[in-house]
Amino acid sequence: MAERRPVRWHIGVFLAPAVAVYTAVMIFPLFATLDLSLYRVVDKATHFVGLGNFATLFGDPHWSEHFWNALKNNTWFFLINMAVQNPIGIGLAALLSSPRLRFAAAYRTAIFVPTILSFVIVGFVWKLILSPLWGIAPDLLKAVGLRHFFAPWLGDPHYALTTIALISVWQFIGIPMMLIYAALLSIPDEVIEAAEMDGITGISQFWKIKLPLILPSIGIVSILTFVGNFNAFDLIYVAQGALAGPDYSTDILGTFLYRTFFGFQLQLGDPNMGATIATVMFAIILAGVCLYLFGIQRRLRRYQF
Amino acid sequence: MTKTFSLLLASTVLAGTAAWGATTTITIESWRNDDLTVWQQKIIPAFEKTHPDIKVVFAPSAPTEYNAALNSKLDAGTAGDLITCRPFDASLALFKKGQLADLSDLPELKNFSDVAKAAWQTDDGKHTFCMPMASVIHGFIYNADAFTKLGITPPKTQDEFFADLEKIKKDGSYVPLAMGTHDQWEAATMGYENIGPDYWKGEEGRKAIIAGSEKLTDPQWVEPFKVLAKWAPYMGDGFQAQTYPDSQNMFTLGRAAIYPAGSWEISGFEKQADFKMGAFPPPLPKAGDTCYISDQPDHAMGLNAASKHKEAAMVFLNWVGTADFATLYGNALPGFFPLIDKPVKIEDPLANEMLSWRQSCKPTMRYTYQILSRGTPNLENALWAASANVINGTQTPEAAAAELQKDLASWYKPQQ
Repeated sequence: MAERRPVRWHIGVFLAPAVAVYTAVMIFPLFATLDLSLYRVVDKATHFVGLGNFATLFGDPHWSEHFWNALKNNTWFFLINMAVQNPIGIGLAALLSSPRLRFAAAYRTAIFVPTILSFVIVGFVWKLILSPLWGIAPDLLKAVGLRHFFAPWLGDPHYALTTIALISVWQFIGIPMMLIYAALLSIPDEVIEAAEMDGITGISQFWKIKLPLILPSIGIVSILTFVGNFNAFDLIYVAQGALAGPDYSTDILGTFLYRTFFGFQLQLGDPNMGATIATVMFAIILAGVCLYLFGIQRRLRRYQF
Repeated sequence: MTKTFSLLLASTVLAGTAAWGATTTITIESWRNDDLTVWQQKIIPAFEKTHPDIKVVFAPSAPTEYNAALNSKLDAGTAGDLITCRPFDASLALFKKGQLADLSDLPELKNFSDVAKAAWQTDDGKHTFCMPMASVIHGFIYNADAFTKLGITPPKTQDEFFADLEKIKKDGSYVPLAMGTHDQWEAATMGYENIGPDYWKGEEGRKAIIAGSEKLTDPQWVEPFKVLAKWAPYMGDGFQAQTYPDSQNMFTLGRAAIYPAGSWEISGFEKQADFKMGAFPPPLPKAGDTCYISDQPDHAMGLNAASKHKEAAMVFLNWVGTADFATLYGNALPGFFPLIDKPVKIEDPLANEMLSWRQSCKPTMRYTYQILSRGTPNLENALWAASANVINGTQTPEAAAAELQKDLASWYKPQQ
């Protein structure tokens, strides 16, 4: 006679606090937002409109123009971060992990410090550095005879977004560097020694041995960058204001959502359309993460040591 | 910040205990946290001297948080007895929700003109829900020492204005115009809506847009953009990235000659600048034209419909509607001008100069504020971007006007 397995209460008991807190502060608000996007307030009465708000967002030229502009800017913001931040981060990590480098700890700290600064400080400091009136950027360029290269970048619709993206790179370069540095350190010495025995050293050792071993970490860094960039808001709000000027050239999904949801100046807030934009942002991030999880991560080869 | 907060906390606790005594305590909600000391040291003592049975607590919050904070306090029933009213739609929405009391029958309201009351009335003008307190006037503040040094006089017409700018630029010791386009709103508020009323004839043009009989693409609405586009060569190097505080500092440090201004700058400028300042109204398109000024209603005071101390609050509110209060307030906060229809003597010379334009010019207000910014896309926001674009040279005046008209017509029936 089979003995009934005892109910394992402890699993539920141990999970409960985390599940309760997570449900209250994350899952419930998420579904509340999704729900909010299905309604519209007309004459103080709330009506269910199904996907009507989404139809407005994509169909009404006044909404869709801003939405596509924000999405385009956001994509550019992400591309700059991917193309500049991550390769440099990998390069810095490779340099840091070199056993011949002196003062590695000092460099590591100095490069990582901006990451823990508040967005507000970073935004204000860079605004001051780049200010044509009081900034040190024009003077520094003058000192090396390149003053004519200086332009009021943050006020120029062609350069403002790229400038902001590079500021963001400056701030967050420490994260890929640290993650990849850790991955590089975890490569066993035997593997490196074996490579050396086979005559693979220096740069080719990095490309042929180390890089394949840290690819999973690069994947994680990329997905973190993707999520972080499509959720970005703070830096642009601080540096360029909620209108994300000049002429909406730095407007990304986060600032577009903020203006719509909370309103701005004479524009009254519209929580329903705001929730609609938030839902679309959620969908974009979800799609990106799924693409990575099912399309890339499963194909990455992992090595067990 | 923490200090203000603990002060607030302390005053609320005090307010709670004081209610047990014979005196009634009323609380004022406001976003004017810059004025906290003025209220505590000048205005409230003046009131309490004549009304010993009423204690007044001024409880401001940060300007950017005010609307959201006030709305949630009103919904939760924890808001103060008196509410400082933003002009137009923000307060109108509170009145429609029944959170601001109807003040239409107050006798003191007769002290105010229709234009002064318009910002706190229903669209049909039948109900008034806030007692007007102050307006701000737009114009140009100039560095009088610089003007004397360069031998130029305040311009009366646009031609003289540009001739002066050219002279200042040639001399080279001052930046002619202290304004940037980075924050965008100055381009619209201190640029387009400052000089514009002279072209669209103030209230006449503003009402015509609301009625739909004029369009934003008509010449009188495009011309100010064309004038604005000519400002760019006279603004500082890299003005595209110059922020609002940058411009303020540039002017008060004596680096610039002319500052396109709102009167709220006066007290700050007088504290910072160590040179003499003067002011001139927007220069006229042609000599002999009627002059118009933007005399923008800025704040008023209303009664929280759910207040527990309505009687005491009404006593204070009636006092706000008197000439005594107007004189006290206008002098305590130079640059915020009383809206009352009675003569008020302002001591501050710069503020007095700007106030005197009310006699010589016809007042109007920013055209985007009443009714026209109710829809999506929002006209005020669009005007910020358009004005900055025109100065930056990234959009022609005609294209900017055409886009604004298209935006407005997309939701505003009379313009369709």
